[in-house]
Amino acid sequence: MNRMSWFNAVSLTLGFAFLYIPMVILVIFSFNESKLVTVWAGFSTKWYGELLQNDAFLNAAWVTLKVAVFSSTMATVLGTIAAYVLVRGGRFMGRTLFSGMIYAPLVMPEVITGLSLLLLFIGIGLDRGVLTIVLAHTTFSMCYVSVVVSSRLVSFDRSLEEAALDLGCSPAEAFRLVTLPIIAPAVISGWLLAFTLSLDDLVIASFTSGPAATTLPIKIFSAVRLGVSPEINALSTIMISIVTVGVITASLVTKHHVARQKREEQAAVRA
Amino acid sequence: MRRYFLIAIPYVWLVALFLVPFAIVFKISLSDYAVSIPPYVPRFDPEAGIGALIDALDFENFIWLTEDDLYWKAYLSSLKIALISTFFTLLAGYPIAYGMARAPEEWRPTLMMLVILPFWTSFLIRVYAWMGILSNEGFLNQFLMWIGVISEPLTILNTNSAVYIGIVYTYLPFMILPVYSALERLDGSLIEAAEDLGCSRLTAFWLVTIPMSKNGIIAGCFLVFIPVLGEFVIPSLLGGSDTLMIGKVLWEEFFSNRDWPVASAVAVVLLLLLIIPIVLFQRNQQKQQEADQ
Repeated sequence: MNRMSWFNAVSLTLGFAFLYIPMVILVIFSFNESKLVTVWAGFSTKWYGELLQNDAFLNAAWVTLKVAVFSSTMATVLGTIAAYVLVRGGRFMGRTLFSGMIYAPLVMPEVITGLSLLLLFIGIGLDRGVLTIVLAHTTFSMCYVSVVVSSRLVSFDRSLEEAALDLGCSPAEAFRLVTLPIIAPAVISGWLLAFTLSLDDLVIASFTSGPAATTLPIKIFSAVRLGVSPEINALSTIMISIVTVGVITASLVTKHHVARQKREEQAAVRA
Repeated sequence: MRRYFLIAIPYVWLVALFLVPFAIVFKISLSDYAVSIPPYVPRFDPEAGIGALIDALDFENFIWLTEDDLYWKAYLSSLKIALISTFFTLLAGYPIAYGMARAPEEWRPTLMMLVILPFWTSFLIRVYAWMGILSNEGFLNQFLMWIGVISEPLTILNTNSAVYIGIVYTYLPFMILPVYSALERLDGSLIEAAEDLGCSRLTAFWLVTIPMSKNGIIAGCFLVFIPVLGEFVIPSLLGGSDTLMIGKVLWEEFFSNRDWPVASAVAVVLLLLLIIPIVLFQRNQQKQQEADQ
């Protein structure tokens, strides 16, 4: 089993080449001297310099970051509550509708979500801007958080919570002292997921943003519609590096965490 | 009491920002162009109010969708593009997932991370990367001309082929992950048993591996098919003016034509189209969950 057949080796190599070559080309040509993205004319970092001079991009990046921080934090709180209610809440009126509303946004085409939210905001007379994007992003990403957190809630031993309750904890204390520490990794990855979804979203933000608030994806989209440009390559490279560093760090931390947990469990068993 | 309060927070949020907006879309899809949304529509008629909205229950936007060829063709071509690209994504994703599941155990977390990494990277950037590759003077044409396969550059960008490539590329992780998790759980001794009993490797693959990974394949196909049906970014950046997809039509109806009632009607019909695959997907997921327990 541990021996790789040539077929598997070839399919993995081709598969990962397909996934990564486009991004590698993108990164390489962000250091291209020439304005033409597809012709190499020597190494240069001038597009990064120009990017830093571009106020429109910097402003958009700032708006995007604000939206992402607020919406992912709100989505994490709401999504965790929703997951807790779904998994531990027992039966209540409208539970089916509730779980439907949690799962539906995951498969809803973004154009529909965006359109419907925009019509709501206009209907209630809310001016479109940072607030409306935050509300929109919170709504769809809380569903992702809720799915991530509830899969953790389902898999952990419920008797731990019951033990805490038997030993005199109030339900709130049991949640804070027992449940929350156990589901914390899922809550954190839920937050990260919500954060990236918000950073990445073009369609819903386009519908729900006003002229006062342009996010980075909206800016990038309007720029690349006109064709490829080395500045966008530079911007993409920065974003790709941030994500790469983030994902690698997160996976190392998780690995470390899992290893420590295993050690502690073994120690507990021995004791 | 506290329990109900806890339930009420996410519940009210979702009703207000998910359910009510749909009701509004539905309502506006039934209204007329001019009287739809107050000051935002250029040809707004100030005489009409909410009363007119209610009176105008004549489904004329939906009838309009059936009368104008554009919409029918856009729905059909979205379905076609979604089906074909789901097939190609499966074709490209299955061998990768298979290779991952058969790779040495200590490699698997790294391989897994390599699949997830593009998923965390901006979707828009991944689509943009292909614009430089597929254009007439792009890398693919340069490469093909350099190795001498073609003498004239191929036109790929702004055609449906570019859309297929873009979809397969961006949605590949959605196919690989569920198929991989199904294949990883597959007991290797089953295949050995089939081979011992006289199956060739290919027959064993066909009769054991594929059926055992069926749930993963179904989940992956739905995870690609459903979002692709309403896809907007890929057809608008990689596709040409003749690439018809309903997400793009809705966007243009809304932002360029500013015809909100028709855009809403397009959304309602798209939603109806999606209900069948969504329900099938949910069933598959539930079955799998029950099987796990």
